[in-house]
Amino acid sequence: MNHLPLIIKREYITKVRNKSFIIMTILSPIIMIALIAVVAYLSQLNNNKERTISILDESGFVNSIFENTDHTSYNLLDNMSLEEAKTLVEDKDEYGLLHIAGNTDLDEVAKSIKFYSKDTPSLTFMSNIEVRLEKKITDLKLQQGGVDIEKIEASKTSIDIAQESYEGEKTSKIDNIVKLAFGGIAGYLLFMFIIIYGNMIMRSVIEEKTSRIIEIIISSVKPIQLMLGKIIGTSLAGITQFIIWIILGGILMVIVSAIFGINMAEMQSPQQEILQQAMATQEIQTQMQYLMSAIYNLPLANMIIAFILFFIGGYLLYSSLYAAIGAAVDNETDTQQFMLPILMPLILAVYVGVFTVIEDPHGTVSTIFSFIPLTSPVVMLMRIPFGVPLWQQLISLGLLIGTFMFTVWFAAKIYRVGILMYGKKPSYKDIYKWLKY
Amino acid sequence: MNNVLVTESVSKNFGDFRALNNISIDVPKGSIFGLLGPNGAGKTTLIRVINQITIPDTGTVLLDGEQLKPHHIQHIGYLPEERGLYKSMKVGEQALYLAQLKGLTKAEAKKRLNYWFEKLEIGDWWNKKIQELSKGMAQKIQFVVTVLHQPKLLIFDEPFSGFDPINANLIKDEILQLRDEGATVIFSTHRMESVEELCDHIALIHESNKILDGKLQDIKRNFKTNTFEVGLVTNNEAQLTQIINEKFETSGTDFKSLNNDLKLNIKLTSDETSNDLLSFLTNKAEVNHFIELVPTANDIFIQTVKNS
Repeated sequence: MNHLPLIIKREYITKVRNKSFIIMTILSPIIMIALIAVVAYLSQLNNNKERTISILDESGFVNSIFENTDHTSYNLLDNMSLEEAKTLVEDKDEYGLLHIAGNTDLDEVAKSIKFYSKDTPSLTFMSNIEVRLEKKITDLKLQQGGVDIEKIEASKTSIDIAQESYEGEKTSKIDNIVKLAFGGIAGYLLFMFIIIYGNMIMRSVIEEKTSRIIEIIISSVKPIQLMLGKIIGTSLAGITQFIIWIILGGILMVIVSAIFGINMAEMQSPQQEILQQAMATQEIQTQMQYLMSAIYNLPLANMIIAFILFFIGGYLLYSSLYAAIGAAVDNETDTQQFMLPILMPLILAVYVGVFTVIEDPHGTVSTIFSFIPLTSPVVMLMRIPFGVPLWQQLISLGLLIGTFMFTVWFAAKIYRVGILMYGKKPSYKDIYKWLKY
Repeated sequence: MNNVLVTESVSKNFGDFRALNNISIDVPKGSIFGLLGPNGAGKTTLIRVINQITIPDTGTVLLDGEQLKPHHIQHIGYLPEERGLYKSMKVGEQALYLAQLKGLTKAEAKKRLNYWFEKLEIGDWWNKKIQELSKGMAQKIQFVVTVLHQPKLLIFDEPFSGFDPINANLIKDEILQLRDEGATVIFSTHRMESVEELCDHIALIHESNKILDGKLQDIKRNFKTNTFEVGLVTNNEAQLTQIINEKFETSGTDFKSLNNDLKLNIKLTSDETSNDLLSFLTNKAEVNHFIELVPTANDIFIQTVKNS
């Protein structure tokens, strides 16, 4: 008798009706958006804060380079000693005092520059000032050496290499960034999904053990059916939750932006920043065209099919392991020792994806990890936007399916024995023995 | 076909541990079969083998003469010792789900559930969650779920634990009624008084081996020692005791009686009958108590386990 649909239905309905599941589904996007809004708001506040910096330039070389901006105003001090200046600045509670000692030798001037402040100044602020001073003093040195600054400025050239494939398709840096973004999102999504819903499957197996219903159930259905039913039912609940999150998150985002006028786009991920920097170097108009064509140029069909296959394969692989862990233990605290070997390859996959695939999507490390079944779903999903030969994808998928079938068999074995074992925290040795029962 | 269930030399090892060693039992149709044994003897493993939860290493199990197959689960109702229900699920939904897993259609399951809920007067529990019910109440639901699909073989592992005497009695009557309607019951318990009361066949398992089985009556007959408990009214106890001791093997005993009489256990040899003893005694004293000492299931259990 095939009870799989019945089990899936029960698992799905119980999960979806569960109070904490409902609360999580509704609350998570609200909390996330609220958090983003607060952070965005606070960082805006921070940027808006006015800073006043006093400058005591006894050399007279660098006065001219400081111009007031919206957030920073410069106050040039004259005719006073360093001690007087310090007292004055401290009394006025200004951000700090920049002191340049009086000297005619530019090298000495460069060495003498000091910044006095009550608190440690912000890193970006300091590097900003350093860059300006370096530029000014370098210019002055060049002038002293008899070089015409204007000619140097005029001779500066900006190069942006236009990329084109042999087939005549225009590409750009944006291409890589878009590929990275798509691959990254796919990989992260899988990673998150495995962690959240793998745990949920594990808990639901443990619940069946602790409530002692398990023996009643498996006198009616095969353990492997129960296990698969649980995995599929929970995953469907997970997909439902994800979809609600995306919709709810989108709506909330629009509402929050409208009400508070906070530009969410200011909260950027590193990828977006790179994207923006890249955009800043060229005209926005052409960049948008590139962006569209970059997305258009992606192997979209390949990506979608691969995403579905690798996502399902990877998720089932891991969730069957989670189910096996749940079956082996009596309560959640005992799961720790078994969690590490599962989480390690998963985290490794994300690291390899983030650090290696970006650097060299078809390099040895990326390629190898996109074949190893425990890491392949995440790494391969990140690689595919860069174009992976079909044979590689097929081998990787084949290995994944093979391993998946093995883990399901393996997990089912542990599951079948483990669900009837009570009261004892099993060791790896015990679990190895169970395989032979 | 007289046996609903037959196991033929079923063995099962867990690693180095032999949980079942060549167990063969025959469970006659319409019987209440007591599966007895000390803790850890292998009863639960045998029951799990019958339920196809555990796969035996060697040996076969036949249900109604057919080799046990997955589809047979719908003919078996099993109430395990370690039993529970989904705590956060409603009683009705849960019962429907479990019934459907046993192969009933939803409509049929609902009809039968209504019948049982009414019979056990638990109809108003339908929308309650299990966590709101007491342990005994949950046990009732489990009992209903076990018998709902009208299995021909019912297996109860310690069915009365957790029930108060009234409900235990109610369940006992239901079990007897199911037997009368044609079901066969396998009954695993430590409570010997319920074995005495219900079982007509027993098998005793000890340290993974079957050490005794058969009809309870036959077993008792084999175990009886031809000993009689007698109460005699006499005015010269010492003399009477001496006379009896010369002819029979006796020992002192005690039982409740209105008179202050001489109380003895008298063991006969195999060729003497109760009538021989009676006619011997009636000449010498007034016999106001005469009972054959039949071994209880408890005695047989303890004696057999100790001797093996």
